[in-house]
Amino acid sequence: MKNHFSLPTRIIKQLAGKRLLKRELPVNHQTYQSLTKLKLLHPIQPIIKKGFHYECQRCHNTKRSLFGMYPCSRCNQTHRYCRKCITMGRVSDCEKLYEWHGPEPNWPTHQQPCTWKGKLTIEQERAAKRIVTAIQLKEKEILIHAVCGSGKTEMLFQGITYALQLGMRLCIATPRSDVVRELFPRLKRAFQTVSIQALYGESRDKSGSAQLIIATTHQLLRYIHAFDVVIVDEIDAFPYHKDISLPIVTKRALKPSGTRIYLTATPRDDQKQRMKYQHLPHIFIAKRYHNHPLPVPQMKLTISLQKNLAHKQFPKSFLRWYFTREHSERQVLVFVPTIQIAEALKQTFTTLHSEIRSTFVHSKDPNREEKVDLFRKKKIDVLFTTTILERGVTFPAIDVAVLNAGHHVFDEAALVQIAGRAGRSPDDPDGDVIFFHDGKTNAMVQAIQAIKAMNKRGGFK
Amino acid sequence: MNDCLWCNQAIIYQPSWRHLFTFVERTTLCDDCQSELELLNGKRCVKCSRKSDMERCLDCQYWSEKLGKDPLTANISVYSYNERMREMIAKWKYRGDYELVYAFRPMFVKVFKNHFLTQLKNFIIVPIPLSEMRLHERGFNQADALARLLPYYQPSILKRLHSEKQAKKTRYERMQTKNPFKLVEPINKPVILVDDIYTTGTTLRHAARLLKNNGCPEVYGYTLVRG
Ligand SMILES: [Zn+2]
Ligand SMILES: [Zn+2]
Ligand SMILES: [Zn+2]
Ligand SMILES: [Zn+2]
Repeated sequence: MKNHFSLPTRIIKQLAGKRLLKRELPVNHQTYQSLTKLKLLHPIQPIIKKGFHYECQRCHNTKRSLFGMYPCSRCNQTHRYCRKCITMGRVSDCEKLYEWHGPEPNWPTHQQPCTWKGKLTIEQERAAKRIVTAIQLKEKEILIHAVCGSGKTEMLFQGITYALQLGMRLCIATPRSDVVRELFPRLKRAFQTVSIQALYGESRDKSGSAQLIIATTHQLLRYIHAFDVVIVDEIDAFPYHKDISLPIVTKRALKPSGTRIYLTATPRDDQKQRMKYQHLPHIFIAKRYHNHPLPVPQMKLTISLQKNLAHKQFPKSFLRWYFTREHSERQVLVFVPTIQIAEALKQTFTTLHSEIRSTFVHSKDPNREEKVDLFRKKKIDVLFTTTILERGVTFPAIDVAVLNAGHHVFDEAALVQIAGRAGRSPDDPDGDVIFFHDGKTNAMVQAIQAIKAMNKRGGFK
Repeated sequence: MNDCLWCNQAIIYQPSWRHLFTFVERTTLCDDCQSELELLNGKRCVKCSRKSDMERCLDCQYWSEKLGKDPLTANISVYSYNERMREMIAKWKYRGDYELVYAFRPMFVKVFKNHFLTQLKNFIIVPIPLSEMRLHERGFNQADALARLLPYYQPSILKRLHSEKQAKKTRYERMQTKNPFKLVEPINKPVILVDDIYTTGTTLRHAARLLKNNGCPEVYGYTLVRG
């Protein structure tokens, strides 16, 4: 830097590519003043008026009901503030947002960053090569449509390696914090010499200064033009596909010349449309890495279903299935529509069969990680869960049941993902997937069709 | 048409003939979210609003033993501190989502009218202040936000001298702390102190004692939740 003022590289890495509130700046007040005077920190208007509406410059919310007013006791004025992104600190007219306009940090080039010694299948290799090409040619975006259990993470390694060799900065973003937690240790193992950080709501380190960032898409609200490559894993997952802010900030986090890579096993309609009309380059991976087809769900009509669930009882058909399964050694994952039903059915199950170890998990369960871990270690036989476990988790040998598969929380994507939990391991590549319902829905029919179609494209009958 | 302040779902109105003739306040929570909040009613301690089979709960008995004469005549709270209320207060007060105060408005105003307007005259409302530092951090005082919903609002005549690190203290320690308040001007009318949460009642009693020592005839507490 030319001026008399120089910052540690660590701080520059923390500021580069960010759009932050003053209280998030990693510098004290004096440094802040010098940096703004030197125009290295650039203030921007936090909420701007565009025609008849306002727009938050952090989350790009424009919805009227998601702006509020408050009487500010700092300056005795009433300020507009953004309610939408408020959990990340309030953006209001009281305080500017800041961007780093100083020199770019030099991200290191790595000659051989990949320490993963595994071997890709032919299908994985095909996707990996395509990703490298996309980064090489600076393609804007590409979607990798790969079936559940195809080994998506490993497909990324060549592309990440290539980018790191050129000294690029990357981000793997995903709507779900569970996925961040699952990916982080795997990537650290695969790229042991590279600086990697995980960012999600509860993560302790929020500095976000690493060359490779693994983050929830929400965390991208703090970034602008930071990355050469952004990989969005599980792009169809909630809340990404329902929240218009997230695609906007994902794009904003990327440098203008950068590449977005989307990964999904269940593309949403808008993505399908864009692929169909050639607006979105894509590649389809139809085979699981162990080269066995996806288990096809069966529907089981159960007329008494609603009545049973209302009384916290199991339908007979479920218990009959449970006790006559061909592979009774497999653990069982039972998906139910609501938290209350998950807890209630666990209770009933324990009363009926105290010898079978069962428990429940849901999004509000503080012990959920621990319980999932116990299930993975086979210390639990039956796990009652909401859609929270529909994706991002792998258990080696399980059968899967959906109780009340006709419920609206089970849309096509959810059901395909749920079915994709079964048969993940090469040692036990199959599994029962049963949809218990009292009237089949389009979602159920389409999910089964989609799975059959994917198997067909994978060369299975 | 407007959206629920908590879940952002659109609130659908069922228009009825009454709406044509009476002023109906804008609904701010959808029915589902409203039903998650638990109004305090049934058997309660007459002093502090806590659910209790005894006329005076154990805490209040402790207070009267310790203080001899309790400076606080009574506390009225509107809601119980259940899970949803905890989440709402956290977002409102700590994240700073000021608008959420309007989710509490209908009941906060109604209960106030029922309990105070009918029996007290010529009172003044005094929101419990925050320390300068905390106020600067948050940008607003949640007690002041609540007081603004009520008739006869005026800025607080109390000041807070030192900071409010209550959360880490034990219940007993909290009941022992020094008076953190200073009176800006003495008041000779009944006072209704307004705050967001009544937990042990220490804060309200500190303020009440100060007011009474300076000529205030009677002090009540009015709080959104009973912790
Ligand atoms: Zn915002
Ligand atoms: Zn201000
Ligand atoms: Zn609501
Ligand atoms: Zn009491």
